[in-house]
Amino acid sequence: MLTTALIVLPLAGAILVWILPLSRESTSGLALLVALAEVGLWLGSARNFDFGSDVQQYGTQREWFDQLGISYAVGLYGFQFWLVGLTVVVGACAIGYGAWAERERARAYFGLMLFLVGSLVGVFAAQDLIVFYVFFEAMLIPLYVLVGAWGGPLRVKATVTFVLYTMVGSLLMLASIVALGVSKGTFQLAELGTSSNDWIFLGFLAAFAVKAPLLPFHGWLRLTYTQAPPEVGALLSGVVSKAAVFGLVWIVLPHFPEPVEDFRTLVLVLAAATLVYGSVLAFRQTDIRGVVAYSSMGQMGLIVLGIFATNDLGLDGAVLHSVSHGLVSACFFLLAGMIETRAGTGVLSELGGMAKGRPILATLVLVLGMYTLAVPGSTNFAGEFSILAGVFDRGWGYAAVGVAAMVLAALYALRLISGILHERRGAAVRNESDDLVGGELILLVPLVAILVVLTAWPAGITERSFPSGQATTFIGSQGELGP
Amino acid sequence: MIDTPSVDWLALSPTLALLASSALTLLGAVIVPRASERAFSVAVSVAGFGASALLAGWVFDRSPEPAAVVVDSMTRDRLGALAAILIALVGLAVVLLSAGDGRRSHVGEYYALLAAATAGMVFFVSAANLMTMFLALEWFSIALYVLCALDTHRRASLEAGLKYLIVGSFGSGILLFGCALVYGATGELGFTAIRDATGADDPLFVTGMAMILAGLAFKVSAAPFHMWTPDVYQGAPTTVTAFMSAATKIAGFVLMLRILVTAFPEQSEIWTVAVAVLAVCSLAIGNLAAIAQRDVKRMLAYSSVSHAGFLLIAVAADSAAGGEALLYYLIPYAAASVGAFSVVAAREREQGRAVSLDSLAGLGWERPYVGVAMWWFMLSMAGFPLTGGFLGKLFIFSAIYAAGWWWLVVIGVLATALSLAYYLNVIRALYLRSGEVPSGQVVVAGGSPPRDLLLDVTLAAALAVTIGSFFFVQPLVDLATDAIASLPL
Repeated sequence: MLTTALIVLPLAGAILVWILPLSRESTSGLALLVALAEVGLWLGSARNFDFGSDVQQYGTQREWFDQLGISYAVGLYGFQFWLVGLTVVVGACAIGYGAWAERERARAYFGLMLFLVGSLVGVFAAQDLIVFYVFFEAMLIPLYVLVGAWGGPLRVKATVTFVLYTMVGSLLMLASIVALGVSKGTFQLAELGTSSNDWIFLGFLAAFAVKAPLLPFHGWLRLTYTQAPPEVGALLSGVVSKAAVFGLVWIVLPHFPEPVEDFRTLVLVLAAATLVYGSVLAFRQTDIRGVVAYSSMGQMGLIVLGIFATNDLGLDGAVLHSVSHGLVSACFFLLAGMIETRAGTGVLSELGGMAKGRPILATLVLVLGMYTLAVPGSTNFAGEFSILAGVFDRGWGYAAVGVAAMVLAALYALRLISGILHERRGAAVRNESDDLVGGELILLVPLVAILVVLTAWPAGITERSFPSGQATTFIGSQGELGP
Repeated sequence: MIDTPSVDWLALSPTLALLASSALTLLGAVIVPRASERAFSVAVSVAGFGASALLAGWVFDRSPEPAAVVVDSMTRDRLGALAAILIALVGLAVVLLSAGDGRRSHVGEYYALLAAATAGMVFFVSAANLMTMFLALEWFSIALYVLCALDTHRRASLEAGLKYLIVGSFGSGILLFGCALVYGATGELGFTAIRDATGADDPLFVTGMAMILAGLAFKVSAAPFHMWTPDVYQGAPTTVTAFMSAATKIAGFVLMLRILVTAFPEQSEIWTVAVAVLAVCSLAIGNLAAIAQRDVKRMLAYSSVSHAGFLLIAVAADSAAGGEALLYYLIPYAAASVGAFSVVAAREREQGRAVSLDSLAGLGWERPYVGVAMWWFMLSMAGFPLTGGFLGKLFIFSAIYAAGWWWLVVIGVLATALSLAYYLNVIRALYLRSGEVPSGQVVVAGGSPPRDLLLDVTLAAALAVTIGSFFFVQPLVDLATDAIASLPL
């Protein structure tokens, strides 16, 4: 029941926000309250969460469409719990940013944001293919308008590109879902069993390759991430891309063991290429959000490397890195927004010298930059190390590429830091002290604090993602449950 | 001395209620004072359409087993009853929608013709032999020809009426020719008698079947028999378009399914292929042509061609699941279609000109209720989740996949991807503005129209069905299952 509550609370909040004729202040207050209640609910669910158990927690299952064997089935396992946590925390900060930035047309805006958070939680809690697909698509409904109505100058082009790319991928997945579900007579993940059909596998892979994105499917990425409002960009790169992680870990790996074997090399090569390509392009970008966007793409490549290593190290690392990358990238998007409100631009050549008179901003940029380049000891380093150690088993070449990409990450992260903070004072930077204020810090500090906690204790997630740390055994067993 | 046949009045009652309403409104056009003509017509029509839906519900309840009634000329079964309920409810929604249309002449006639057309359709879906089928088809078609041309002061309306008359008559002619060939080959008129008759291997018989299929394809605007659709949908009064797009589809597809599986089960390997080819044509032509349209009514016309494609896939499945998927799909489709044309009608009344994508600009911000409704209608037509349109597509894809035609699933999916281009364009017009306008601000294009309560009620009902059919899919599918059980599938 608790999982259902986690899904329904933001959706109900969205409807409430749409219906109640409140002023802008009250609307943003109400939305923030709902988002915080959602975080509270998630924290509450942590108290009795049995991470060691291989039984789904807080699950609900209801008959919905018997004819086709579709039921409303949701519930949480360890790694899903962390992805949901990432969603609600980043969601609350994004909504807080929207409140701070005083978005126009507040009722529509905050309703859509809550709707987005609710559908994301639904994606990560799904235990039925159709439920998964429903939420996977439902999140496009608010995103289309959020990017298109509140974004930058090229917002309409950005949102159309994004939705068309994603929809083509997901419709191929729909064909696969139909084929898989009809041939098995059920759409429930726990009863689905395994399939060795390459085409069905490829349909799923297409959707997740677009969502992540992997190399040839990333055409939407830059435009969307840079044109979306910063807080929506934070959700997109931090959380929405993790829907691909969830799909690969929870649908593709358990239910397509043979195709995963057969296509492993292809996917690993694509993922490695994505990692290098993203990192190189991040170095070449001229604005903050461009850097973060391509860095995000590279990191997703790394996560996919970890997933398709299909061993315990790789999978644990993938989950940990999903959470830490989600937090870092969300922080950076919000930070980019804050810098843009100060300077009126995010173009690096017009920025620079912001460290002077802005110690808090400088500290945060520096800390997050260090996380981005995965400085040894940080949670990002732990995740990357685990992934690379995992993928090393599949071939030392992948690990070598990964290490090379870590060097590239250091290059673009340092370039970003110095581009914002150091060098000569840029044309767009005013010569006065306009450091981050309390409202902004309230948004960023909790995210950074979580990162610090994870830095000290990455095992908090890696040991609690899959029952008794046996990721491969557990995921493999999911596919064998079926008929 | 001719014996009077025994008449099952209950089976006829949904039709008779509508005919009574038609006659009363026509009478009202003559004797009721001008000032109260509209109120009288609307009241009578609401009663007539409502009574027809209720009576059809009663028939549904009382006909668990299909029975041939009135000298085997019609079937009293749950399929016909369910289709009659849907058609009557669509008619009711259109009556409410029409109440505020500002029509100054032919008020009584409009409602009389609407009721007559609906009566024809309600009779059509229960037809059990070629004669009653053709009779009912002409009955509702002629009423529709006149309805299309009813705005005699608008050239486009007259043109639409004339085009529909000519092309529609051609379609009816083909259908009639087909009926004649089938009758010639078998010597039988009744659907079940045709199935049992000898002579079915006659090439003339197969030709006849193909011509009947083509005639019906004209009515449901399946490509390549759709040429009339865009012009007629665009030119006809918007309320009439709303009615045609939903009710004609329901009637045409239910009867197509009925005649194919009842009269021609032996030839199923021929007609399933033919239907699949029609489906692919409709999906390709409908979607590609819709992308290029700026006029919203014309765009929705091509969209209705593409929906005919999806529905044809359900027919091609030739299975109980396919039939259920067909009936289920029609419910959110009819709701979204009537709803979308209601929004077009609302904008038309407000601005007094044809609605294009440009004139929808900013509607979502200007009139939130209408905007949100249109948004969800478009999402449903595009097959997005949280709307019945999604489950309808899913059901159809599942049915055709189970029937072994996986490639139709792929084509359906590709067509859906294409269709996004134009459905999302509407949402874009409603809510989004490109670069020149600062983010978050919009230019207001329309005025503030007088409140039209009945139109809002229609929108609310359409929206409730569009979204409700997603959450409460199983009860609706149970109804469809009961209805399909009366067919030999």
